[in-house]
Amino acid sequence: MAQSPRPSSNPTNVFAPWNDPNAKPLIQFKNVTKRFGDFTAVDDLTIDIYEREFFALLGPSGCGKTTLMRMLAGFESPTEGSILLGGQDIVPVPPNKRPVNMMFQSYALFPHLTVWDNIAFGLRRDGLGKDAINDRVKEMLRLTRLDKFAKRKPHQISGGQRQRVALARSLAKAPKLLLLDEPLGALDKKLRNETQFELMDIQEKTGTTFVIVTHDQEEAMTVASRVAVMDHGKMVQVDTPAGIYEAPNSVYVADFIGDVNLIEGNAKVEGNTVTIHFAECAAPITAVCERPIADGQRVSYAIRPEKISVNREPLDDRANHVKGKIEDIGYLGNVSTYHVRLPSGELVSALMTNSRRLARRDFTWEDEVWLSWTDTAGVVLTE
Amino acid sequence: MNLRRLIVIGIPFTWLLLFFLVPFVIVIKISLSDPAIAIPPYSPTLELSGGLAGLKAFFSQLDFENFTFLTLDPLYYTAYLSSLKIASISTLLTLAVAFPMAYGMARAPEEWRATLMMLVILPFWTSFLIRVYSWMGILGKEGFLNMILLWLGIIDEPLTILNTNTAVYIGIVYTYLPFMILPIYSTLEKLDLSLIEAAEDLGCTRTSAFWLVTVPLSVPGVVAGCFLVFIPALGEFVIPSLLGGSDTLMIGKVLWEEFFSNRDWPVASAVAVILLAILIIPIILFQRNQQKQLEGDQ
Repeated sequence: MAQSPRPSSNPTNVFAPWNDPNAKPLIQFKNVTKRFGDFTAVDDLTIDIYEREFFALLGPSGCGKTTLMRMLAGFESPTEGSILLGGQDIVPVPPNKRPVNMMFQSYALFPHLTVWDNIAFGLRRDGLGKDAINDRVKEMLRLTRLDKFAKRKPHQISGGQRQRVALARSLAKAPKLLLLDEPLGALDKKLRNETQFELMDIQEKTGTTFVIVTHDQEEAMTVASRVAVMDHGKMVQVDTPAGIYEAPNSVYVADFIGDVNLIEGNAKVEGNTVTIHFAECAAPITAVCERPIADGQRVSYAIRPEKISVNREPLDDRANHVKGKIEDIGYLGNVSTYHVRLPSGELVSALMTNSRRLARRDFTWEDEVWLSWTDTAGVVLTE
Repeated sequence: MNLRRLIVIGIPFTWLLLFFLVPFVIVIKISLSDPAIAIPPYSPTLELSGGLAGLKAFFSQLDFENFTFLTLDPLYYTAYLSSLKIASISTLLTLAVAFPMAYGMARAPEEWRATLMMLVILPFWTSFLIRVYSWMGILGKEGFLNMILLWLGIIDEPLTILNTNTAVYIGIVYTYLPFMILPIYSTLEKLDLSLIEAAEDLGCTRTSAFWLVTVPLSVPGVVAGCFLVFIPALGEFVIPSLLGGSDTLMIGKVLWEEFFSNRDWPVASAVAVILLAILIIPIILFQRNQQKQLEGDQ
C-alpha cells in the first residue's frame, strides 16, 4: 500500500492542519443530519475539512458518503445542522452559486459538445471574455494532457480520456473545493493506479481542496491526506491513511481497511500491558495498549497479516509465539499469504515476502510452523 | 451465398417491391395517361397481345399533360402551399403542446410513467373517425365549448370555430399528439439526470440548464416527432373535410375530389405523385437524421 506524500519528507513541515488548533477549516459540517423519509443517510455528523486537503470519504454503499458529497455540491440540503464553507453557511446557496465543482461518477460529459466546449461550459456561464476562456481551456487541456482531443466529442475518446475531460471541466472554474464522486470507478486497474497519481499531482499543482468519495480502500489510502471511514451515516474514524491502517479504533475499521486477523478474548490488564486469553489450551497474547481497558473485558485483538512472521522455530525477540499448521498458501508472486490453523481452532493469515525463488520455499502445506509477532504489532479493540 | 442473409434482407425488399414500388409505378403510369369514359377510366391500358409494336404504341400515348395541367390551374399549387402551411403550423403547435407533456412524463416518478404512457396511447383505442366527429360536437356553434364559455360568461355570442382552419389545427394537434409525445418522451427519459446536475454545478440556472442541455439532447426525438406529424398531416383528408370549412384548402381533399367526384384518375394520380415528391424531401432528411444519430451512438 502506497503511503500518502503529505506527511511530506520534511518532518518539520508536515501537512497536518487538523492537528493545528489555529488552522481555519475550509468546510465545517455542524451536526448535519439528512433523512430520506424513514432512512437516515447522514446522522448528526460534525467534521472539519481544511484547505488543500485531499479528503477521502470511504465506506460501503449506502453509508451516506455520496449524500454528504451531494450536500456539499448543493444537490441535497441537510434536514438538520449547517454546512459552512470558509465560515459562511452554504445551505441556502444553490449549486450554481457555490464555489464548488463536482466530478460526477458517470463523468456527465455533455454528449452534444466537444471536449473543448465541455471544458469551456462553466467558464462561459461566468461570462468571461473570449480570450480568457480560450486561455483557461488551453491550460486545462495541457494540465490533463488532452490537447490533441479538443475537437472530439465525448463518445470519440476512451474512458480514461473522458475521465480527464471530466476532471478538466470541473477544475476549469478554479473552485475552492472539488468534489470527486468515485472518479476512477469506471477505469480498469492499471489505468486507475496511474490516474491516482495523476490526481494527486494535479491536486498539488492547483492547490485545490479535494473531497473524494470512494468505496475502494486502496484508492482512498493512496490519494488522501485524511480518510474518513463511514458506516450508517456516521464517521467511524477520521485519520491519516497510516493512522487508519495502523491504529484502527474499532473492529469495523480494522476489518474494512486491508486484511486483518481478529481474535476475540478476555483481557487481563497489567499496567499498559494487556494479555488476551482467547482459548483454554493456548498461551495468551501479549499486547501493549494505550487505551484504558477494564480487567476481564471482552476484547478483539486485531493484527495485520504482514506483521506476523512464519518460521520453523519461534523467534525469541518477539513477545508472542503460536504454533500452527499451514492449511493454505496464497501465492501472489511478490508475497505469499499463509493460512495457519491454530490448535485452538482459529485460522490466522500471515504475509511473507517471497525473497527466495518458489522452488526453494521453506514451507509447504501441512507443515508445522511457528507464528511470531511483537507486543506492539497488534491493536486491542473494544468496539 | 449466404441463404439466411438473403432471406432476411429479401423479405422486406419483396414486401416493399410488391406493395409499394409496383403500385407506385402503376400510379405513375396512370398519371401519364389520359382520362377516358371506360373501365378503368383512363387510356391507354397495357395490352401485351400487341407484341413489341403494341408496347411502342402504348408508350407513345403516355405524356406529361396532367402535370402541365396542375401547373396551369392555380387551385393545385395553392392547395399544395396551403397544405404545407397547415401541416407546418400544426406540427409546431403539436410540438409546443407535446414537449411539456413528454417532459412531465419523463420527470414523473417511475411508477407513474407506465400509466401516463397508457393515457397517451388510450385514444387510439377508439376509432379515429369517431374522435374527429366528437370534436364537431365540441367545437360547433351549439357545441360543448361554446356552451361552457357562454355559461361562464366569458363570451356573449358563440364562437365560430368549427369549419375554420382553427378547427383543422385543433383536430391535427389532437390526433397526432401521441406521435409527437412518444419519441420526445423516449429521448428525455434516456437523458442522464446527472447532466443537468453537472450543468447546474457549472453555473447554470435551472432554466439555462434546460435550454443548454435538455433541449439540444432532445433534438433527435423532436425531429422524429415532427416528421411523424408533418408527413401524415400534409396529406390529411379526413380532418379538413370534417372540421375545415369551404375555404380550407388541403391537397388531400383536392385529391379525393379529383378521384371520386370528377373521376379523373390521371389528374388525381399526378396530384399524388407530386405529393409524394414533396414528402420525399422530409423523409430523406429524416433518414439522414436517423443515420447521424446511429453514428453518434457508436
